[in-house]
Amino acid sequence: MQIFDIFLLEAVLNGLLLGGLLALLSLGLNLVFGVIDVVWICYAELIMIGMYAIYYFYVVFGWPLLLAMAAGVLLVAVAGAALHQFVIRPVLGAEPINQLLVTGGVLFFLQAAATLAFGIEFKNIGVRLPPIVVGDISFSMPRLIAFGVALAGMLAMYVFLKRTYLGTAIRAISQDRGIMPLMGVNPNRIFIFTSALGGGLAGLAACLLVLQYDIHPAIGLSFGPITFLICVLGGLGNMVGGFVAAFIFAQFISVGGFFLAVEWGYVIAFVFFIAMMFWRPQGIWGGK
Amino acid sequence: MRALPWILLAALALAPLMGMGNYPLHMLIQVLLWGFVYTGWSVMGRLGLVSFGHGAFLGIGAYVVVMLWNSYGISPWIGLPIALVLAAVVALLIGYPCFRFKIVGHYFALVTLALSEIARLLIVALRDHTGGSLGVTPKTDLTESSYSLVAMQFSNKLVWFYIVLAVWLAGLWVWKKVDQSMARLALEAISQEEDAAGSIGINVTRLKLGITLISALMTCVGGALYAQYQAYVNPDSVAGIGISLQMVFGVIAGGMYVRLGPTVGAAFTLLLAESLRLMFGNSLHALDSTIYGLMLILFIIFMPKGILGGALEAIRRKKPMPVSAQNA
Repeated sequence: MQIFDIFLLEAVLNGLLLGGLLALLSLGLNLVFGVIDVVWICYAELIMIGMYAIYYFYVVFGWPLLLAMAAGVLLVAVAGAALHQFVIRPVLGAEPINQLLVTGGVLFFLQAAATLAFGIEFKNIGVRLPPIVVGDISFSMPRLIAFGVALAGMLAMYVFLKRTYLGTAIRAISQDRGIMPLMGVNPNRIFIFTSALGGGLAGLAACLLVLQYDIHPAIGLSFGPITFLICVLGGLGNMVGGFVAAFIFAQFISVGGFFLAVEWGYVIAFVFFIAMMFWRPQGIWGGK
Repeated sequence: MRALPWILLAALALAPLMGMGNYPLHMLIQVLLWGFVYTGWSVMGRLGLVSFGHGAFLGIGAYVVVMLWNSYGISPWIGLPIALVLAAVVALLIGYPCFRFKIVGHYFALVTLALSEIARLLIVALRDHTGGSLGVTPKTDLTESSYSLVAMQFSNKLVWFYIVLAVWLAGLWVWKKVDQSMARLALEAISQEEDAAGSIGINVTRLKLGITLISALMTCVGGALYAQYQAYVNPDSVAGIGISLQMVFGVIAGGMYVRLGPTVGAAFTLLLAESLRLMFGNSLHALDSTIYGLMLILFIIFMPKGILGGALEAIRRKKPMPVSAQNA
């Protein structure tokens, strides 16, 4: 029996690349949760807004692609800040579950508003990057880029949180939300900034997703659930854990999809998730 | 005042006999059916167990019954108990470890979210049997007569109205029983401070499991009835994150802490969607859901107790209760 199967290897490597993309998706959500203690159920819908923004800037307004992407990132960052200021902030004192639900309302709203504004037709920016072929294995170029950007984003995030004053303030506030105001830090400013940063990361994910997928109002639903589960599996707010979990999930999806249908890959990944929750409720990377 | 609910109930039960059109009757059935499902969700939701996984139980109820009938000709009357057993097993499988290991709040919501997505993906993945995303229709047994008891198919909406009315009333009865039980008090204590509740001898895991079981079974029944009434289901309408969120939101809109709150929520969300659709037609696609989404956000921020909950509170504040009622 031949154990080394070239197609299996391709599935594993593609899973690795998918892992990079999923890791990037979970990064912003994890940041926001870690600092503000709120799960943005509508996170994937922010990505969807970013994808539409890039589509309009690039295809409709005819801007250069990179400029369109930068504008898209900026727009979603502003949307993230606005989300915090107008939606999250009023319920920060309420029961935690209300914060989860209110962003669920935003999910409904954004999805419907996008349908209203952009229609349900699939849109595509029409940029097709050629795959890279090494030997018998072909890699998807956008996935390779996504992988690289995810690693770079992760690294940049780490340096930002560890080395800058603002990053230190963010880490401090995530450790003790109560005491920081007494130390002269304005938590709301930090929250707004973190939300903008989280939004910006969603925008970055949008830049990478438009290269691979068609844009439609419900695209958030195909990425949303998996992103939350990755964050929970890694330990909500734990970025390194999220990173590891993203790669584990991606392998299940990719290899599972190789042996069975794609949905089975997801089913296996989700079952694995539930099983892991019971084994390590604090996440695979959590301490205690 | 005591007789008032009974008069209203009698009016509701007799209303369709007064020559109600097919369309209003359809809406009424929908409201009662979803009111029952939402009530089932709130039985546990109001005690701090916010589940995004009820799409799975709805899906089990709908699909198990339809698949058994379509593939093996097993009557829904036998299929329903089978679906209930399956839903109970799933509820225990997911509930026991969750409660044992104290998975609460966000984590519980997200773990159950995975459950409802698994249900949806399984239905899609088993497309050779379930018809996948296209959905499935129960094989009709109405070729000779206008009803088939064996197949649980009735072309007369009136029959459905009374079935759904009975089930809805049963749902309210379950709510009342739970509300009056000691278990409710214990569960409320648990939702406030789980460790403290455990330390005074409350069996946290068992109580949570019990309430989850009741809630899951109610939702399962709702799913089965929905599939039989609509005679069509697809994975997105009975499973997955969409319907699970919709359930939670309907409940929030109506108010999850009062008995009729979930039903009011179902009426509100269905009528809002219908009237917006009628008002704007299909020309402005999705305008109704946009307004709906916006209202949800406003509700959660400004009126977390929901329509009925908020209204009752306002009434109570206006006229202070007699002392005897306060003590009751």
